Amino acid sequence: MTPAADEHAVEVLKGLLDANDHEALHNREHFERHNVLAVNLMSSPGAGKTALLEATIEALGKDLNIAVVEGDLETENDAERIRAKGVPAIQITTGSACHLDAHMVHDALHELELDDVDVLFIENVGNLVCPASFDLGQHINVALLSTPEGDDKPAKYPVMFRAADLVLVTKSDLLEVLGDFSPDAAERCVRQIANPAPVLKVSAKTGLGMDGWLDWIRREAGSRE
Amino acid sequence: MHELSLCEALIDQVTTIAREQRVSSVSDIYVRVGPLSGVEGPLMRNAFPIAAAGTVADQATLHLEDAGIRVRCEECGAESDAKMNNLVCAACGDWRTTLISGDELILQRVVMGEARV
Ligand SMILES: Nc1nc2c(ncn2[C@@H]2O[C@H](COP(=O)(O)OP(=O)(O)OP(=O)(O)O)[C@@H](O)[C@H]2O)c(=O)[nH]1
Ligand SMILES: [Mg+2]
Ligand SMILES: [Zn+2]
Ligand SMILES: [Zn+2]
Ligand SMILES: [Zn+2]
Repeated sequence: MTPAADEHAVEVLKGLLDANDHEALHNREHFERHNVLAVNLMSSPGAGKTALLEATIEALGKDLNIAVVEGDLETENDAERIRAKGVPAIQITTGSACHLDAHMVHDALHELELDDVDVLFIENVGNLVCPASFDLGQHINVALLSTPEGDDKPAKYPVMFRAADLVLVTKSDLLEVLGDFSPDAAERCVRQIANPAPVLKVSAKTGLGMDGWLDWIRREAGSRE
Repeated sequence: MHELSLCEALIDQVTTIAREQRVSSVSDIYVRVGPLSGVEGPLMRNAFPIAAAGTVADQATLHLEDAGIRVRCEECGAESDAKMNNLVCAACGDWRTTLISGDELILQRVVMGEARV
């Protein structure tokens, strides 16, 4: 559309998420100052985020100081499950029910003693759509894809899976029972959206494939000591 | 969904601009939306009047401009159009591409209404 000659207009070119991005930068400064590795876990509801965290804490809790920010806005259930493992969990209780934003995470950070934390996991709200649009200041995005959901999820939710630095195929103990989930097909979908992220099979239930994930976390945490 | 909070962020930015420009209203707001930004145009359109009510943008028209998806191939260097769930290079078929456009969510331009009296 050509502007009218007498039109008074202002060219802006500013991102709508500027305020969030700014706060995310601030969160990242907190993490850097305290040498904390921040990992954002995203998935559809029930893909196994909390179960993965429970198993991860059991395996790594002795070597690394872990803390968790819980985005389950409706209940304290997930935070209670984490605390039962002897790890601090901050429950985020305000905000929209569909995603976490950088401000909510920032408020939670100030309730934690970050000096005592090596790895901070942020369990995002179970939702494959909007969490990906909101930078929280994390270093790493992990997208969980549980086998009952189907291997074409990365093609259906490209925004989320494009943002992932690591894709975990969770509940992989069910692969045999399900029969129609192909981890290779899931990986092809991830490549098709130009994402080089590793795709790892894990089962929090049986421990299958957990070593790959745990090594990955150890390595990432080690690189920021 | 969070389109309402995005519209509120948009109105905040527009309100600041209107104040700087000393106008009491704005007439047109142009936002560029890439399909890979994660924002749904129709939801944004629905949420806009709710966020705009009683603000400088109360009577404003929201124009959403679709940004096309373009990628640059890291293997052969070609630039090509791509789709949401298929970002491979159209020239050589390699998947190692970089997004040049398609994930933006940008307030581009605001047209002012009446000057403040
Ligand atoms: N078979 C199998 N079931 C699992 C596994 N991990 C989690 N589950 C089951 O999946 C269900 C959901 O697990 P959660 O860990 O609560 O999932 P979540 O992603 O945290 O769920 P929300 O926070 O509600 O989005 C539970 O019934 C778990 O027992 C797994 O590795 N194998
Ligand atoms: Mg959970
Ligand atoms: Zn702070
Ligand atoms: Zn949302
Ligand atoms: Zn190419």
